[in-house]
Amino acid sequence: MANVFAFVESRGTDVRKVGLEAVTAARMLADKSGGGEVHALVIGPPGIAAKAAQIGQYGADVVVVVEHAALTNYSPDVATATAVERIKSGGYRAAVFSTSAQGRDLSPRVAARLGVSVVTDVLSFEIDGDSIVVRHPMNIGKVIATIAIAGKPAVIAMRPNVIAPAQNAKAGRVENAQPAIDPASARVKVIETKVGGGGKLDLAEAPVVIAGGRGLKAAENFKLVEDLASAFGNAAVGATRAVTDDGWRPHSDQIGQTGRLVSPELYIAVGISGAVQHLAGMRTSKTIVAVNKDKDAPIFKVADYGIVGDVFEVIPALTEAVREAKKHH
Amino acid sequence: MKIAVCIKRVPDMDVRFRIGADNVSVDEAGLKFDINDFDVWAVEAALKLKDKNAGSEVTVISLGPDVVQETIRKALSMGADRGIQLKADKIPADGFPIAKALSEELKTGSYDLILFGKMAPDSSAGVVGPMTAEFLNLPCVTAISSLEIADGKGTAKRELEGAQEIVEFPLPAVLTADEGLNAARLPSLKGIMAAKKKPLEVKPAQLPPAQLVVRKLELPPERKAGRIVGEGAAAVPELIKLLQTEAKVL
Repeated sequence: MANVFAFVESRGTDVRKVGLEAVTAARMLADKSGGGEVHALVIGPPGIAAKAAQIGQYGADVVVVVEHAALTNYSPDVATATAVERIKSGGYRAAVFSTSAQGRDLSPRVAARLGVSVVTDVLSFEIDGDSIVVRHPMNIGKVIATIAIAGKPAVIAMRPNVIAPAQNAKAGRVENAQPAIDPASARVKVIETKVGGGGKLDLAEAPVVIAGGRGLKAAENFKLVEDLASAFGNAAVGATRAVTDDGWRPHSDQIGQTGRLVSPELYIAVGISGAVQHLAGMRTSKTIVAVNKDKDAPIFKVADYGIVGDVFEVIPALTEAVREAKKHH
Repeated sequence: MKIAVCIKRVPDMDVRFRIGADNVSVDEAGLKFDINDFDVWAVEAALKLKDKNAGSEVTVISLGPDVVQETIRKALSMGADRGIQLKADKIPADGFPIAKALSEELKTGSYDLILFGKMAPDSSAGVVGPMTAEFLNLPCVTAISSLEIADGKGTAKRELEGAQEIVEFPLPAVLTADEGLNAARLPSLKGIMAAKKKPLEVKPAQLPPAQLVVRKLELPPERKAGRIVGEGAAAVPELIKLLQTEAKVL
């Protein structure tokens, strides 16, 4: 039996889906190692404490809440020091983070300060005697490594969307705590978090991703992609590197080797040829649909379903059909 | 300014990889190697600062066997001033010992700025930069897509999921470069010639034992062969039916 630590990512007073995924992963690890407790840490501005009950619903026995007026933005220095202090005092078997922009920043720092390694972008895990053994994609997902972690605690950061947040209500006993360092003394200061496109679903979290490529011919034609996304209602819009390099879409929308990695339930590639650099970012999607006028485009090799045709004809028809299908639900 | 840039030699990803006979390494036969793209943007960021601040010096550091000298020369040909190879038989699969060895070297250099690429495509881990920062007890900003330095202070932008952070930090600091930070210069012929004469020091890497043990590598399962549902808008009803009944995503 061993307790497991989970870092619950938040933005402002909102708990992020990846945060609940980390709690779910920690619950699975604790249960697999004989039923230990999950202790979850959440850090944020006043109001974040109201989310403790929600975190308990997903399997946390204890929710450590650090609320502070100066923590509206992520503070890498405060988060590192506070997570390290808690992990050291808790004697945990494992500490679970998220492979998000924040988790990629935080988890290596925490591990270094604890004197242990970290595995990011974890796809799955199991317990094998004394080791926690994880799977991690290498070479842009073209090779999968099985890695045994010798250090204790085992620090891992889960890839978003590989574990669905699962309700598994535990006590969720709340402990209020102070930041381990005074936020005013932090060396690195996030002075602003600019949230783009108010309330839009994030690429890594959306169950459906619609991505557009050069086949759309012009920036304004992304409206077709956006219309299809809104017909789904639960979709985010992405783009290829060619498109973001041309400035049709922001860099943050780029899916691929140097951009975002996504694994949604459904991925629809619109006018995308399927360059290696792009496939690296989306090939783990559960179902892939491609629409392209070139029947020999490499995207059709990874697509479950393809339509050969003009995107300007097919996408509006698909948008209409999805709208109809959603109506009957 | 004294600037260090830590770079990695990585294989070109545009190939089908084969697993080596030991099952725990990638077969390197036939692979082409070059400097990691993210590291190129880090080198460029250093060179831009050097262009602006007369008397600056840019040191590039790479850990690995002698072939990494080629990677170091590439950065020198872009305009970096000197190189350091931290010699090791191979590049460990665990970022922890790499970060330890780099920090042992970096702490002797009194650098104002230490730059990394945000990750390398082969290990796909992205941990060496921030771990090194911790070992050096320096402020660190990861995955920056813009950078300004003035009066011993820096401002950087980071791309998040659906948001951006504006971050301020004091120098000295450790930064890791994301795409979008800059457009890197190509080495000129003059640069390539000059690079051959620039100092490249070789020192043994002080690597502690790895804590991560690769048990096996495998190729991911091929995606099941897909099918072309049809041509043009006429194929849409069939696609909808498949998404509802077969894939069950609609």
